[in-house]
This record gives sequence, C-alpha cells and structure tokens, in this order.
Amino acid sequence: MATVGRALLILGLAVAVYGLAASLYGARTGRRAWVDSGRRSMYAIAGLMTFAFLILEVAFLRSDFSYNIVASASSTTTPTAYKAAAVWSTQQGSLLLWVFLLSLWSSLALFLTRRRVREIAPYATAILLGFCSFFTLLTILFANPFSTTANPPAEGAGLDPLLRHTTMMIHPPMVYTGYTMLTIPFAFALGALITGRLNSEWIQVTRRFALAAWLALGIGVLLGARWSYTELGWGGYWAWDPVENAALMPWLLVTAFLHSIMIQEKRGMLKVWNVSLILATGTMAIVGTFLVRSGILSSIHAFVSDPTLNISFVVLIAVMVISSVGLVTYRRVELRSESQLDSLLSREAVFLLQNLVLVALTAVIFWLTFFPLISEAVTGTEQSIGPPAFRPFVVPLALVIVLLSGIGPIIAWRRVTVANLRRSFAFPAAVAFLTLVVLLTLASGVDTHVFALMMFCFGAFTLAAVGQEFWRGVRARRAMTHEAAPIALISLVRRNRRRYGGYTVHAGLAVLLIGVAGSSSFQHSRYATMKPGQSANIGGYNIRYVKATASPSAQKITFGAVLDVTKGGHHVTTLHTTYGLYPSQDASLGVVGRFFNSGSVESRIGLHAGLFRDIWTVVNVGNVAPLQSYITKGDQLFAGAMAAVQKAPAAEQQSRLNSLYVLRDQLIGELTRRFITHPWPVQFLLIVSPLVTWLWLGGIIVAFGGLIALWPIPVLARRRVRSAAYAARLARELA
Amino acid sequence: MLEFLLVMVAAATVVLVVSAPFRRAAADGAGGTDTQDDRSTTEVAELEAAREAKYREIRDAELDHRTGKLSDEDFRSLDNSLRAEAISILKALDRARES
Repeated sequence: MATVGRALLILGLAVAVYGLAASLYGARTGRRAWVDSGRRSMYAIAGLMTFAFLILEVAFLRSDFSYNIVASASSTTTPTAYKAAAVWSTQQGSLLLWVFLLSLWSSLALFLTRRRVREIAPYATAILLGFCSFFTLLTILFANPFSTTANPPAEGAGLDPLLRHTTMMIHPPMVYTGYTMLTIPFAFALGALITGRLNSEWIQVTRRFALAAWLALGIGVLLGARWSYTELGWGGYWAWDPVENAALMPWLLVTAFLHSIMIQEKRGMLKVWNVSLILATGTMAIVGTFLVRSGILSSIHAFVSDPTLNISFVVLIAVMVISSVGLVTYRRVELRSESQLDSLLSREAVFLLQNLVLVALTAVIFWLTFFPLISEAVTGTEQSIGPPAFRPFVVPLALVIVLLSGIGPIIAWRRVTVANLRRSFAFPAAVAFLTLVVLLTLASGVDTHVFALMMFCFGAFTLAAVGQEFWRGVRARRAMTHEAAPIALISLVRRNRRRYGGYTVHAGLAVLLIGVAGSSSFQHSRYATMKPGQSANIGGYNIRYVKATASPSAQKITFGAVLDVTKGGHHVTTLHTTYGLYPSQDASLGVVGRFFNSGSVESRIGLHAGLFRDIWTVVNVGNVAPLQSYITKGDQLFAGAMAAVQKAPAAEQQSRLNSLYVLRDQLIGELTRRFITHPWPVQFLLIVSPLVTWLWLGGIIVAFGGLIALWPIPVLARRRVRSAAYAARLARELA
Repeated sequence: MLEFLLVMVAAATVVLVVSAPFRRAAADGAGGTDTQDDRSTTEVAELEAAREAKYREIRDAELDHRTGKLSDEDFRSLDNSLRAEAISILKALDRARES
C-alpha cells in the first residue's frame, strides 16, 4: 500500500496546483465554474490526504516495518494506542498530519463560505491551495512517509518513552489544528487586501476559524504543559523552550486579534492593525511549524535538523512577510479608520492597550527565543538563555493582561463617566482590596513576593468583575422576562454566547495566572538521596522512602519507590514513583547491558494533587553502578555463549539461542530484583508547590469559555414578513 | 494490481469532483459564468449574514446599556443608527428575495 500512499501524495500535489490555477483564473475572468472547481480541488485533496493518512495509520497498527518510519518509531510491543499516535512522532508522519488537517479545515471553511465573500473567496482558496502544494511537495521530496525498505527488521526501535503519555496522543493534533486553522483567516485577509474588499465582511466570515484556532492551540499548549509536569521529571510545566514558545506566540497574537476585531466591527477602527495582526499570526503559525521541524534551536520537542527543509520554510516565510507588508502598504488608504478614539478612558482604549501588551509580550518572547541564533549571527558564538531571562519582561506584562481582563468587561464604550466608574468598578476594587488585606494578614511570607501578591489581587479583581457582569446580565434578563435566575442565566449565555463565553475565558485566565503566580513563587523544591527507611523534610512535610519496587518485563525494566508523606505526624498520602529503562537495539551495549544502559528512560511521578497544594515526587535510578559488575560479567558470559551457538550446526542454533534468551531473561529478572533485596541509595526530586491545580482548572475554564463563544448562535427565524412596518418586524425578530 | 486499481479509482473520483462545476455549467448552458440565480442566492446569503451581525450589534448595545456600559445618550444615538441600518438591510433582503 506504500505505493498507493506515494501516488496519493503526487495526485494531491497535482490537484492543489490545478486548483490554485483554476481559482486565480476564475477570479480574474469571473467564470464561476472555475472558481467552484478550484474550491472543489480542496475537497478532493482532503479526501486524498485522509486516504493517505489512513494507509499510514494502518501500517503503524499492523507494525509493518517495511515502512521506514514504522521501524524507526514503533515496535510490536508498543501499546496499540501509542502505535496510532506514533505517526506524528516522526518528521514525515507529522508533515502528512499537517497537510491532512490543513486540507480538512480549509475544506470546511471553503464549504461554509461558498455563498459568501464571492470576490475574496477565490483568492483565499488559491492561497490555501498554495499552502497545500508547499507541504505536499515537502512530504514528497524531503520527508516521504511512504518510503520503504526491501529488508524490513524483525522488530522496530519503538516509540520514544517520553512520548508514551496520554496527553501526547492529543497534544500534537491540537497544536497542528491550531496552526492549520490560522492559515484560514490569513488567506481571507490576503484575499481582502488583493480585492480591496476591506470592510468587516472577511472578519465575520473567518472570525469563527480564528476562534477555533485559538481554542485548539490553547488546549494544545495546556496539554503540552501537563505533559511536561507529569512526564519530563523536572517538576515544571513551562520551560520557555523554543517549541513551546512557538505555539504560544501565535496564540497571543490571535488573542489580540479576537479582541481588536470587535473595535472594527463596532466602530470601523483599527483596520490596518487587524489585518496586520492576523497576517502576523498566520506567519507565526508557519514560523512555529518551522521551529519544530528545523531543529535550528535547541529543543527537546524539535525534530532533527534538515537544511533542505529549512531553506524551503525560510522561502515560504519570506514570501508571506513580503506579500503581507506589500499588500498592507498598497491598501493603506482604504484601511483608514472610519472613526476615532473618543477618550483614553473607554473600552476601545482598553482593548487597544491590551492589544499592545499582547503584541509586546509576543515581541519579547520572539526576541528571547531567537536570541541564540541572533547572537551567533552577530558574535559567532551561540549564547543560550533560559527561563530567568524571560521573567523580568513576562511577569509585569502578564500582570497588566490580567488587570485589563477585569477592566475590559466593565468599562464603558466611547467614554467613562463618574457614574460608570462608581457603578462598575466599586465591587471588583473592593474585592481586590479585601484580598490584599486577607493575604497580608493571614498568609505568611506573601508580602515578600510583590508580583505574586499583585497577581492574586488583580486576579480577584477580574473574577469579581466577571461575576458582577454575569449577575447584572441575569438581573437585566429577569427584569424583562421574569424567569427564574438559573433559567435567566442560561438564556442570557445562549443569546450572548460571544460576550459571556469571552467573560468566562477572562475568569479562567485569572484563575490560571493565579495558579502560575502561586506555584512559581511559593514552590519548595529539593533533591534528596535516600535508602529505604530514610526520610527528607520539605515545605512542612516529611517524606519517607518506605520500600523499593522493581519489575522486569519484555518492554522495560521498572524500578520504583513507595513514599509515605506525613505532616505533623499525621499521614497525608502514599506515593509511588517509578523509573523505567527501555532496552536499546544497539548490540554493542552487550546482551545484558543493553537493558540497563540504553539511556532510553521514562519517569513516572508520584503526585498528590490538591486544590491548594501539590506534592510531587520522582525517583532517578539512572545510576545502576551497584549492578554494573554483574552486568559486565553477564555480557562476557553471554558473548562467549553466543559465539559458541554460531559455531553449532545450523539446525540447532535457534533452539540454543532460545535457551540462552530464557537464561538472559532470568538474569535480568534477578538483577532487577536486587533493587529490592539489596537497595542502594537513589536520588529523589521532591517538590511541594501551591495552587498548581488552579492552573489546570483555569485552563479548563478558558477552554469552556472558548467553546461557549464558538458555539453557533441560534439562527433567527427566517420569516418573510410582508408588513410595511419594518421597525415592528425588527423589534419582533430581536425579541 | 489492487494498488493500481485503488489509485485509478482515487484519480477518477478526483476528476469527477473537480469537474462537476463544468458539467453543471454545460447542462445549464451558462458557459461557466455566473448566472442570475447564482448572484441572487449569494446576495441573499450575504444580506442574511449582515442582518444577523446587525441584530447582534443591537442586542449588544441593549445589554451594554442595561449593565451600565453605555450612557442613555450614547445608547439612544447608537440604537437609532443601528436600527436604521438593520431596516435598510431588511429592505434589501426582501428586494433580493423577490428578484
């Protein structure tokens, strides 16, 4: 079936190129059939790529090692669910996933807009097909997932242990969904610039896709953070890694865009800003894809560097930037604002300030992410920078964002009046002040962490502001309809999904950033080397290493530790953390040694998560020195035995080998159990961290709010009232 | 052989999907250009979308007024102009439907 896969890719490329040409020809000549044919090319590509992706999935599920990428990223012992997810753990498979998702979302967008924005749509179709052509060409020429070998190995190398995590099955498709969906508003914005149709039409058409991209990318980022927290064994959820930043930057920009388009829709302002923002967002989505694929910046998430791919991406990004800047400059007169800011104390001004802060944050992250490359280009030496470089910039900007998240929903349009200030700001300001007083009075040590204290107060302000808005909305609804409060709340949200979904997102963001501030400012962390029976103190807790555990299996050797956590003599929880060693396929490590010294390891944390405090532990049994003499001796004995087997008659070799493998497995089992019978000291990382759960809860609230905003608005009854009284009809339809 | 057949079926399906608009245009005798019906359908769809957007703006303004984010004076002026715009859209929509 690999041949079919290769043929489908070539066919997909041919259709994409045809569709691009047909769309442009149809747009230039006004021939609708050509435009429709171009649009249908995208549907055809979606079908072809779905077929191709299914062929690859089946190859992984069947462990067909004649496919090179199956042999390199899967094995017969890999659990089925991880086999399916192993497709996107490879450069080739993930590029195919990109094209597959791009064609799928583009098809959906073009189908939904087939009767709208007639002038813009053909150019948007051509641009989206251009992206399809580019990525399909890359898969065909430089990263073909369907390349095969005539002599497949009996066993594959297996999936990277770090990727054997539930979130890793969802995280990459979510991030790619975000990236690919961001190309849709990008394409329609360029189409609007080409045709000069620069009113809010293209925004209304693509806003939903920008929002869906924001939601998918946000969920992807959050799942990545969860994976980092529970899998990577360092206890953190965000390391300012280039690939993490690559997903965060377009998310920040599209957040700014989703706010600023409201100003254009309501006041006809910020047209240049909006179109530039979405063009920058689309470009950043490709930059993000480039960073993952290129490996130009050191990251645990990146694929191996490939110069040919890198050049291709640089050319694409250059084309996107030049065409964006050129078209915005060319249309600068038509992009003039229809009205002006009435007052610096207004919702419009707050939205604008929030936009500036989000863009400044993106610029800082961009600069610091690319600083190693820039420093190398300027000085010839790559200077690496870590998380401490980000904090001085990111923390103050995050504080401003949270505060504006609270001010935005309650400040008046056009201009603030004293009455508005008193009516809308009194309650949230009082809650923030009360939070400050309570924290300073009751929480010890909080006064030394000024930024965290400010975040708690600003977060409280935002939560109170959002709560107040819901309450006032319900009250207004009840005054009109006399509904019960819960019914009024549901009706209110149903009829104003965009507004109340947005408010929910603001509340979630406040909860999330309170969690970030609390967990990063008040975390206790220490390394402790212990033997069973020994204990260590951290953050007021006593953690005792109760006993060692060990289990050998065909897939991996697992060492572990059972820990008893107490506080003030009272039992809090029992934790079990493990350290898994996956065997290497490298025979030079020795028959026994390849099981213990492969370097292919995974950590499973012992976690007690609570609403106010997480107790996080991980054991590191990377040091197997106490077993090394037995391993070396075993390797020597088995090497001799293997050599003897090879000299035996061919008919006997297999049965002798099987006997040797049984003996080897027994030896590995005995050596592994020595961790229990003769335990040696092992290193633990122990962390007590407050409010981490708030981060995940905040993320869930943000996603829930995003879903509310994304959910389609109920279609109004499409009545054809023949009455001359349009005003009455309007009132009825609005009721 | 099976692989060859699969590729051929995929290619034939693509041709059918992509060429459908030309076949339909030939059957309609429109020569692939926009027909009056096409234009009317599109115009109605665009006007309906504009109507939904305008209704949302009116509701937003009402809610902003009720929750204290628009002064009485600003609300009256904004509401009047939004309703006037909505009525224009409704009239255009009826004209488009009738045509």
